[in-house]
Amino acid sequence: MQDEPTPIELTKSVADFLRNDITPLISGHQAFKLRVAINILDLVTRQLTREEGSDAAEVERLRALLGEDGSVKELNRALAERIAKGEVDLATPGLAEHLWATTMDKLAVDQPNYASYRRELGRGG
Amino acid sequence: MIEAELSRSVQRWCKGATGVTGAAKLSGGASQETWRFDITHPDGPIGAILRRSPKGYGAAPTRAAGLAAEAQLMQLAFEAGLPSPRVMHVLVPEDDLGTGFIMQRVEGETIARKILRDDEYAAARPHLARQIGGILAGLHRLPKDKLPELRSRGASQEISEFERDYRSLNWPKPVFELALRWLRDHDPGPSAETTLVHGDFRNGNLIIGADGVRAVLDWELAHLGDPMEDLGWVCVNSWRFGEIDKPVGGFGTREELFAGYEAAGRKVDPARVEFWEVMGTLRWGIMCGGMMQRFREGPDHSMERAMIGRRASETEIDLLRLLAPRGS
Repeated sequence: MQDEPTPIELTKSVADFLRNDITPLISGHQAFKLRVAINILDLVTRQLTREEGSDAAEVERLRALLGEDGSVKELNRALAERIAKGEVDLATPGLAEHLWATTMDKLAVDQPNYASYRRELGRGG
Repeated sequence: MIEAELSRSVQRWCKGATGVTGAAKLSGGASQETWRFDITHPDGPIGAILRRSPKGYGAAPTRAAGLAAEAQLMQLAFEAGLPSPRVMHVLVPEDDLGTGFIMQRVEGETIARKILRDDEYAAARPHLARQIGGILAGLHRLPKDKLPELRSRGASQEISEFERDYRSLNWPKPVFELALRWLRDHDPGPSAETTLVHGDFRNGNLIIGADGVRAVLDWELAHLGDPMEDLGWVCVNSWRFGEIDKPVGGFGTREELFAGYEAAGRKVDPARVEFWEVMGTLRWGIMCGGMMQRFREGPDHSMERAMIGRRASETEIDLLRLLAPRGS
């Protein structure tokens, strides 16, 4: 077991330092790049916070949908193949709900301000 | 510096020009650059833009039409009375500037978010969707016998090409698979008519002023194909920049776009437009994957490229909204 602070806390401290202390000192293209850097650290923090829970739920759904076991990556590959072969489609019970839940979990990490995501979140997640 | 070469160049083809000032690079990828500068002239400075591949970058990527073709298309559009910069000079070897062209600079805004939010464009915004319809009709009517040599792409070929690009990423994405199946099942086949297709006509590639669209830019993906492709691409949610209820670039409705297109004497096929909107959404998603791959494998190891890789999920939610919409 590793010591603390956790990676989430450490990453967040760097993001906050760059945001609060460095941003006011930088202008022009470097300021743009600094914003991108802060966005990356914020994304990493969101992923570290959420990934374990969302992956576990995704694996649960994939197991039920596919009737097989594996890692989240293996099961995604299996689902992709079945859709490509036409064995699974939107008429398959649970597929649409699974893809929606998985995609919402991804947007929550990647782009929580994306307008389509905000709209769908308003429908109840 | 580039100003020395530009000064020598303009004195050869611009009557009265004595040199250039204020050369500044606006954007630059590995193979293509855009510069702004002013031509010094007794009648007053002339604003100009250089678009070029620097020396040593001869070959364009396979999908690109090439800078010579771009120059020819922009000039054709200009001559047809469409909003397009006038091409002033196509580079020749003695310019010592690489390959490309110099065009008249059109003042205005290209940054989509500013166009959608700033007061300066408030009066123009309600008219843009319809105006874009009219411009696209004009582009699709450019005389085919005057076009440069361009690749030809129909719906079926595009699906196969995107599928190949996607598979080469080795990036299993169930939503993309679903979209590929949908596209195959809804492939409208060859279009009744093949025209020039701009290929990247969208908010972000248009110069807009308080009076509306002033210029159409970035012809590098121009090809021959289904004219409805341009109408679908301009509606892709990624180019609405948050204004998701206004499908045409965040400006207005499909009905306004279609009305502008038909008022200019061309017919719209809404089912084909929808097909190309789904295709376009997937296309941008796969391009995001390509950015991720280039970030990983170099040479562009930039943070910006890395983060574009993380935007693929935006196209996944947009594909789901198109193909598996949830009830309100």
